[in-house]
Amino acid sequence: MIDLDRAAEIAGAVPDPEIPVVTVADLGILRDVVADGDIAVVRLSPTYSGCPAVLAIELAVEASLRDAGIPARIERVMAPAWTTDWITAGGREKLRAYGIAPPVGGGKAVLFAAAAVACPRCGSKATDRVSEFGSTPCKAHYCCRDCREPFDHFKCI
Amino acid sequence: MMHEALLEIADDCLVLGHRLSEWCGHAPMLEEDLALPNMALDLIGVARGLYARAGELEDAGRGEDDLAYFRGEREFRNCLLVERPNEDFAQTMLRQLYFAAFMEPFWRAASASSDEVVHGIAGKAAKEVAYHIRHTGEWVIRMGDGTVESAARMARAVDALHRYTGELFESSPAARAAEAAGVLPVREEMRGDWDRVIGMIFTEARLVLPEDTHMHSGGRAGLHGEDLGHILAEMQSVARAHPGAVW
Repeated sequence: MIDLDRAAEIAGAVPDPEIPVVTVADLGILRDVVADGDIAVVRLSPTYSGCPAVLAIELAVEASLRDAGIPARIERVMAPAWTTDWITAGGREKLRAYGIAPPVGGGKAVLFAAAAVACPRCGSKATDRVSEFGSTPCKAHYCCRDCREPFDHFKCI
Repeated sequence: MMHEALLEIADDCLVLGHRLSEWCGHAPMLEEDLALPNMALDLIGVARGLYARAGELEDAGRGEDDLAYFRGEREFRNCLLVERPNEDFAQTMLRQLYFAAFMEPFWRAASASSDEVVHGIAGKAAKEVAYHIRHTGEWVIRMGDGTVESAARMARAVDALHRYTGELFESSPAARAAEAAGVLPVREEMRGDWDRVIGMIFTEARLVLPEDTHMHSGGRAGLHGEDLGHILAEMQSVARAHPGAVW
């Protein structure tokens, strides 16, 4: 019998390849782990449709389980679609401490409506969006008007 | 039949994704050099999921690479709008807005698809494409209500592209079969949402919505402009030079 709790713990502890301070569990992309005979089936939600990190995360999860002696298979779960609301409170704090403003508000992209994004360095909400898209599909680029810190913001979807 | 309806949408996303990626390294500013390939990535991600599903439904042993790289021009089912050349930044942004304003309500409605895979893809794509509307809508307004030069370019873009928007709302026989089976929403039903979003943005942008435009179509039947052949020649060249190669 596979220890599913242990498998879930190992899978959840795998770091994100682009933002290594947060883990699979922090991002809320681990749906569940089920047994298929002697194989642990890890069910993961992709973040963005075309994000290159999706495959990297799947391979890393499978490899870390294999290293722990647990044969695993990854299943991609599309529905319900992942939302930034699933990022845990701990994950949000880790992002902020790393210098990335965590997502705020719900997952609605309304024309011209922009929620106030707090600067991860000084906490000021006097921030400007510099670029709608950033270095990865999940981020936008901002700048703080008070402390002049340029920073990434994890977009809400 | 069902796989052909999915191929139409997959081809739309792949061809437009390729068009956007042509801007990579050439965009008018660094922020747009990030934005355009980011939107391309979303579209190509959606295309991959749809090709894989179409291949399964076709059940003839073709996977996503076979469908993307080893079909000829007449076998592509994309609408004509997405193959239109980038030209300038105004045309690129307007083309994207026209497409996104259609796909956003389409994907929202498709989240109720009777096909589990389409249902999953739709939920994710609807959120991504809403972001595309916001980004491109802001640019269309900024340029339309901008300088004399930018306003003239936006007006030229409307003149060049509006005639390709009618095809978005047409359902081919394959699409009608998928609609009847509850796999895809009825294209014509997106008109209300599309008119509302485009109307709102055009008003802000001080652009005039053309009336009684003659609408071109034919893409769903494989009848394309010469531009598609050039896209495929470039996009498929590596796969055709090294058939079967994987990484």
